[in-house]
Amino acid sequence: MTWEIVIGLEVHTQLSTNTKIFSGASTAFGAEPNTQADAVSLALPGVLPVLNKGAVERAIKFGLATGAHIAPRSVFARKNYFYPDLPKGYQISQFDLPVVGQGSLTIQVEPLSGNAKPYEKTVRITRAHLEEDAGKSVHGESQGVTGVDLNRAGTPLLEIVSEPDMCSAAEAVAYAKALHTLVRWIGICDGNMQEGSFRCDVNVSVRKPSQPLGTRREIKNLNSFKFMQQAIDYEVQWQIDTIENGGKVQQATILFNPDTGETRAMRSKEDAHDYRYFPDPDLLPLEISEEWKERVRATLPELPQAKQDRYVNQLGLSAYDASILTSSREMADFFETVLAAVPNDAKMCANWIMGEVNAQLNRDGLDMAQSPITAQQLGGILKRIADNTISNSGAKEVFRTLWAEGGDADAIIEAKGLKQVSDSGAIEVLVDGVLAANAEKVAEYRSGKDKLFGFFVGVAMKASQGKANPAQLNEVLKKKLAG
Amino acid sequence: MIESSLSQMGAALRAKKISSVELTQLYLDRISQLNPELNAYITTRPEASLAQARAADARIAAGTAEALTGIPFGQKDIFCAKDWLTTCGSKMLHNFVSPYDAHVISQFNDAGAVNLGKTNMDEFAMGSSNETSHYGSVKNPWDKARVPGGSSGGTASAIAARLCAAATGTDTGGSIRQPAALCGISGLKPTYGVVSRYGMIAFASSLDQAGPMGRSAEDLALMLNAMAGFDERDSTSLQRDKEDYARDLNKPLNGLRIGIPKEFFASGLGSDVAKAVEAAIAEYKKLGAVIVDISLPSTRLSIPVYYVLAPAEASSNLSRFDGVRYGYRAPEYTDLADMYEKSRAQGFGAEVQRRIMIGTYVLSHGYYDAYYLQAQKIRRLIAQDFVEAYKHCDVIMGPTSPSTAFKLGEKGDDPVQMYLSDIYTIAVNLAGLPGMSIPCGFGDNDMPVGLQIIGNYFDEARMLNVAHQYQLATDWHSRAPQGI
Repeated sequence: MTWEIVIGLEVHTQLSTNTKIFSGASTAFGAEPNTQADAVSLALPGVLPVLNKGAVERAIKFGLATGAHIAPRSVFARKNYFYPDLPKGYQISQFDLPVVGQGSLTIQVEPLSGNAKPYEKTVRITRAHLEEDAGKSVHGESQGVTGVDLNRAGTPLLEIVSEPDMCSAAEAVAYAKALHTLVRWIGICDGNMQEGSFRCDVNVSVRKPSQPLGTRREIKNLNSFKFMQQAIDYEVQWQIDTIENGGKVQQATILFNPDTGETRAMRSKEDAHDYRYFPDPDLLPLEISEEWKERVRATLPELPQAKQDRYVNQLGLSAYDASILTSSREMADFFETVLAAVPNDAKMCANWIMGEVNAQLNRDGLDMAQSPITAQQLGGILKRIADNTISNSGAKEVFRTLWAEGGDADAIIEAKGLKQVSDSGAIEVLVDGVLAANAEKVAEYRSGKDKLFGFFVGVAMKASQGKANPAQLNEVLKKKLAG
Repeated sequence: MIESSLSQMGAALRAKKISSVELTQLYLDRISQLNPELNAYITTRPEASLAQARAADARIAAGTAEALTGIPFGQKDIFCAKDWLTTCGSKMLHNFVSPYDAHVISQFNDAGAVNLGKTNMDEFAMGSSNETSHYGSVKNPWDKARVPGGSSGGTASAIAARLCAAATGTDTGGSIRQPAALCGISGLKPTYGVVSRYGMIAFASSLDQAGPMGRSAEDLALMLNAMAGFDERDSTSLQRDKEDYARDLNKPLNGLRIGIPKEFFASGLGSDVAKAVEAAIAEYKKLGAVIVDISLPSTRLSIPVYYVLAPAEASSNLSRFDGVRYGYRAPEYTDLADMYEKSRAQGFGAEVQRRIMIGTYVLSHGYYDAYYLQAQKIRRLIAQDFVEAYKHCDVIMGPTSPSTAFKLGEKGDDPVQMYLSDIYTIAVNLAGLPGMSIPCGFGDNDMPVGLQIIGNYFDEARMLNVAHQYQLATDWHSRAPQGI
């Protein structure tokens, strides 16, 4: 009997504001403990929160990018619980009136198993709300003492909650990746998962087809897509085994241990907190006017989906190429900058970026933003291919030199003597010489041994020291061999 | 000099008839002499006060003095003041020296005023008798066996005993007006949002409002000029143009419509208080005012509504006092939960704990709708009552408190009796309106009676005018307790 898997995600994205959501303290990562804890972060007596408009604008951007309803009036609420890294004893969050309402995100799913084909799916987003992050408890610095670092306390988060629309680990990962791409794309989050800028909680349940939803367990704080997939796979199997062995799944919050590949319950529903939410009387309801919304909309870049469609429909790229080139904002920007140098050669740009550039980046362990070759530099090379100044192999040499040493494409072409011979008179002289020196082969060719064409190309190219324009050479050879 | 108004004091200082150092020393001497018995101040720092006085004298010499420059004020210990112990009347903050100034404090500092000390108060402003202070009860200078009221009891006592020129208070349910009434002084709680709450330790954020307390309406106007104004650090601070609250003091009261709510004169009101208040209203008629009978039917629910909402907010506001980062931490504990429990059980007094428990309860799952939401609905009805009433009158008058100052310990073990002493003041906070209390006579036990004046939103200047005209015609406000 088959089981259906039901997955929903809650993703905490750290918004890329310079200062905290309710104070002017810095949000920079990695500072000495508590050096970014101002009076508000420390929750000194008498301090008050003041909302950071930058955080609100990032939330609006997200809502607009997912076609969501932006609430004209939303409310900050206090979520009350005690913990040393929660200095006020409550977290300011949004509860029944979030800033972003229902939206959706279309994802490309690459099935993990067998020969199944990639497919598209639209995941509904329930809501997204603004809240502040907690600080960090630091254990083990000294014996028997737990330290508290409040640098992170008050960092703005947008918690993005999906509907339980995903039916496999592959879909969950695809959704998380698409969300990760989107938030970086629209510039609201740096997406740094190691630093905790993008953290996923995954709700998993299983059921028999057409049965009501099963009891869910929530896997907390996954900060890698690989762990997410492993955790879901393990959890799904655990739930199925539990039910098939006559047991019952109890609602619980669980943690995934990457070392063992297992999930384990952290707390059950019974010891769930009563957070005693109520509207924060220190903050007025958040009001977003049409005008503010439109001002933010004007700052939104072309979104990945729109770009993909444009690449396919206007530039004639394949859907595959288009999806790779829009996998990140950096990639798309890189592509478009290169394309500006050779506007009629989109396919060549795509091939170079997805081939040469990606291969070198992978080899050197770099990402697009760190590429030693700028898009302008690559455009400079491709321009010289397009205008027949250099051959493809010459271009690769320029590329390797630029990668390793930097510089200017034209100067390298000049210095290395890579300029190809495109003078038709010179090529004709060259071809005449080759044919004269190989009269026997010419006779064989003319008697029908077509395969010898490659031989003539090779000899002629060698004679030109590789500088002959291949297309021109081919043309002249064909003409002269035809007699 | 200690009987002078603030404007007279300011003029004397600017005319160099007295220096700020001399004036400050005068009050410091009075504090040394009288405070041990009255306990109106928790903390004084004579050197710090005198340093401010010297700076004020320099400013006067330089000719850049403002209205309050060089005048010594008391500051309620609810306001964080840099380098000052700021306890909020609690053991929880017995060791908290604030690293920053509250907005109110910096406004006084900027004006060149002298901070004489931090005045005693009910713990976290929860109380109506100043008996919940961890630093001991404050005595009423009119009868030291009686309470000064609360929570701004230290401020009221200090002003009545002339231990400062004037002082600040805060009012969540009557904490400025009730002690002002019980100590025979004047006090004003402005419209919610007029004075920034930044740096004022929160009790119930949606009700808390700071205001001036002093010996006359005229003094209050000068103080409010310094205290009021938009502050971007408080999101509930109102963005309004600066105004001169003294501008209307001398307007005649001809045709002023005074609304008298019948609910404020029903059972529960002491007959001596009623008599004094009625006499004051009669005086207003002489001054040309017209009396309008009004009704505030929902205000009878003020106390239950208040004792849901205020504790709900307080239970959350006081969560930060957990012994982790500052303040009191229990000396011994076994684990984290034990540290929280012991620190809070030992650091908070009984009344504060009672309100935290009530607040936690009314916000709990399953009770929230029945208590918190219901109370919010009634709060809107109460505010609506006032909106309706102000269609027919300009100000509302009645008693500030149902009785004069009661004996220390008299209501100590009956919280509900204690809560009833704010029955006429609480609705004003729930509606966010400005309210004030001015002295209007004495009760059977020769203790002062307060007349409450409730204004419409942002009508402080008119209220001060109404109070000032009464104070020109009567002398209740300039009476001083014997032996002071």
